Amino acid sequence: MFKKNSIFWYILKRIALMFFVLFAILVMCFVLVKLLPVTDAEAFGKDMNLVLQRREALGYNKPILVQFWIFIKKSIFGGDWGISETLYRNQDVWDVFISKLPATMLVNVYSMLFSVPLGLALGIYAALKKNKWQDYTISTLVMVFISVPSYVYAFLVQYLFCFKLQWFPLQMKSGNDWLSWPMFVSVVPAVISLSFASIAGLARYSRAELSEVLTSDFMLLARTKGLKRSQATLRHALRNAMVPVFPVILGEFVGILGGSLIIEQIFGIPGVGQLFLNSITALDYNFFMLLNAFYTLIGLATGIVVDISYGLIDPRIKMGQR
Amino acid sequence: MRREADYANLPKEKFEFYQREGDIHDKRLETKPVGYFKDAMRRFARNKSSVIAAVIIFFLILYALLVPVFGTNDYTRAATDTTYLQYARLLPKWKPFAWAGWDGCSDATLSEADYLARNAIGVETGMNPIVEVYRAGYEKQGTGSNSLYYDVRLDSYVKNGMIYLTLTPAEYEAIQDWQLEHDVQVIYPAVDTKQFRTEAQRSDANLWYECSPKGVPKLDKEGNYKPLYKTSGNDGDYHSRRIEGDDGSYKYATVAGTSTATSYKVRVFTYTYFQFRYGFEPSFVFGTNAYGQDIFTRLAAGARFSLVFALCISAINMIIGAFYGAIEGYYGGATDITMERISDILYNVPFVVVVTLFKLHMANKVGAVPSLLFAFVMTGWIGMASTTRMQFYRYKNQEYILSARTLGAGNFRLMFKHIFPNALGTLITSAVLMIPGVISSESNMTYLGIVNLDSSTRTSIGSMLSAGRAMISSFPHIILFPALFISLLMISFNLFGNGLRDAFNPSLRGTED
Repeated sequence: MFKKNSIFWYILKRIALMFFVLFAILVMCFVLVKLLPVTDAEAFGKDMNLVLQRREALGYNKPILVQFWIFIKKSIFGGDWGISETLYRNQDVWDVFISKLPATMLVNVYSMLFSVPLGLALGIYAALKKNKWQDYTISTLVMVFISVPSYVYAFLVQYLFCFKLQWFPLQMKSGNDWLSWPMFVSVVPAVISLSFASIAGLARYSRAELSEVLTSDFMLLARTKGLKRSQATLRHALRNAMVPVFPVILGEFVGILGGSLIIEQIFGIPGVGQLFLNSITALDYNFFMLLNAFYTLIGLATGIVVDISYGLIDPRIKMGQR
Repeated sequence: MRREADYANLPKEKFEFYQREGDIHDKRLETKPVGYFKDAMRRFARNKSSVIAAVIIFFLILYALLVPVFGTNDYTRAATDTTYLQYARLLPKWKPFAWAGWDGCSDATLSEADYLARNAIGVETGMNPIVEVYRAGYEKQGTGSNSLYYDVRLDSYVKNGMIYLTLTPAEYEAIQDWQLEHDVQVIYPAVDTKQFRTEAQRSDANLWYECSPKGVPKLDKEGNYKPLYKTSGNDGDYHSRRIEGDDGSYKYATVAGTSTATSYKVRVFTYTYFQFRYGFEPSFVFGTNAYGQDIFTRLAAGARFSLVFALCISAINMIIGAFYGAIEGYYGGATDITMERISDILYNVPFVVVVTLFKLHMANKVGAVPSLLFAFVMTGWIGMASTTRMQFYRYKNQEYILSARTLGAGNFRLMFKHIFPNALGTLITSAVLMIPGVISSESNMTYLGIVNLDSSTRTSIGSMLSAGRAMISSFPHIILFPALFISLLMISFNLFGNGLRDAFNPSLRGTED
């Protein structure tokens, strides 16, 4: 089982590589952030001695390499990312970050639950009706929804559903009752606007895969051995077409944590994206470092999950071989 | 069995002539040879949606390039003039499409006092802001009060009516001359403000009639307004056009200041004052924004910026990516692995982070636009590099490369003369496909406010959208046209790029027929 070239080694290698890349990015960002002027510390107190003491205590006067070692020890392994300097003064950065996660995840989970079945259904339907009007309509809509930037649909949804028809509130409801009905109603516009692009992407991908499978030789064999069209499609074509589609869906599930900056800003979702934007405008470097590591990790993890699941699902793909 | 040896020593008599007289020619080719690019173009032209998209892109580019050159006027340039704000949030108006609601008007429900006040503007100037009354004088259910309401269509261009302006003698003269020359009334008679109780009413330029302390006009028995025009005092020898019903006794200005520095306080009609000031009647195809700037020309300027910016970035990235990918692919081995790791690391830094860091570090030194450009260049070339690298891996071990090497071609010649042209088609396609990507992420960044490109001389589509977002419910036109423009641009660029990609992909050759 633990032979060389086995999938286990491949996964191990990929994860090691991921941590190498993450580490390199963190080094880069750490150095670049440390090079920035610390204007905030100067404005911090009236008493300059206090500022100096604080800077000494935080280790800002040590050489940058020592500071980096402290950062690794304290933040990356210790999980202590410091306290917020400007945005949420004197609150623990990690606690604030954790408190922002549920809102982002809520919206994204709803959006996935909505967009995956719909996207797959549209893609499969279009592939089965290839080169008929249904296919043309779906493909055109997919083209439009993939191209149009997400804030444009967000504006449309907000204007039509929230303002003109007044079905939903303009902004997300505040509070911690994540699973309540009013909360669900208040995130619907955000969920809809977030779903358009992923529905379109999934529909396009599954249509392409399925229509390729449908024209392949084994489908002809399945028909000649006496299967009905529906049987052949269901048992042979769909299963094969879903092989490359499934990892993409899996990747989107990992990406749920990441969320969307724009949608969160438009619909006032108190999530990670908004925290990130605020930390940039407020120049809160501790938040910035944490969220930067977070987003990088999400991106890397998504790539790995997609790659590995390809190999696990499809026995024809040999991992780690060229 | 060495058959070759038999052929080497054939006896002479075994040969015979195939043809004795005349020359032997190959058959002349009856069709013209079709090169790679020509073939690609031919196949592109067969893809109808891409051709339509190309035409749309052409017109959008034409709009973005020509409008800022020929369409600017003094009005669009300076945003420092405060009289500008009188013309803020005007609705889109385009005469040929007025029947389709493109008339600069909006539906509104007014209270009776408000209705009469707006109507008074129409009575005084002849341009009524109330274009149409849908439902006159009804009582609202459930409000409890017995005040009347009116459902009307309101012209945003005249609804602001009059403003008070303080002019220097020269300006006062200029307006009077202009009035005579163009036969248009700009200055309306001054009002006897002593009749009003409150300061707010005294400074309201739209009050020229008797009204209650709450501002409700007092009408006479025939339903006419009772004018309160000033008939005494100095108006600095007003010698120009007078309004209808003026027997020459109305005074047109209030003089203030000393004898050396006189100033004239006058009531001017915003609509005609605009004509005097800028030389044309106010009519904006896409309306104006919250600062009174014309959205039509501003959008063109923003679009021009976005297009030029995207074009520059895709050109720079193509060059960097081509060199990087060529070196990676050609040398392979340790060079390849090292360089791949570098691009791997850069590729995985979230783009927002790159933009933010570049902005924080460089925006103060080199400006917002160059810092954004560097951020795009920083990560943008990676896709191009991997495309080129793949092509190099495909071609570098082929026989023609070996033969060129045998003939003494150096590394550089092999890379760029023999291998690189094979990658050119895909590279051009990805450069074109990069343009919409750059435009969309640039507008995302400016929209989120991470980079601010908005100023009186420069703008971008994202900044226009973020400026208009707060007014989406009351003035959706501010956001509508930029959003429409960018959507149209994205759709057509993607269609065009897909068509180009299919055309340059040799493996699809002949499959469409």
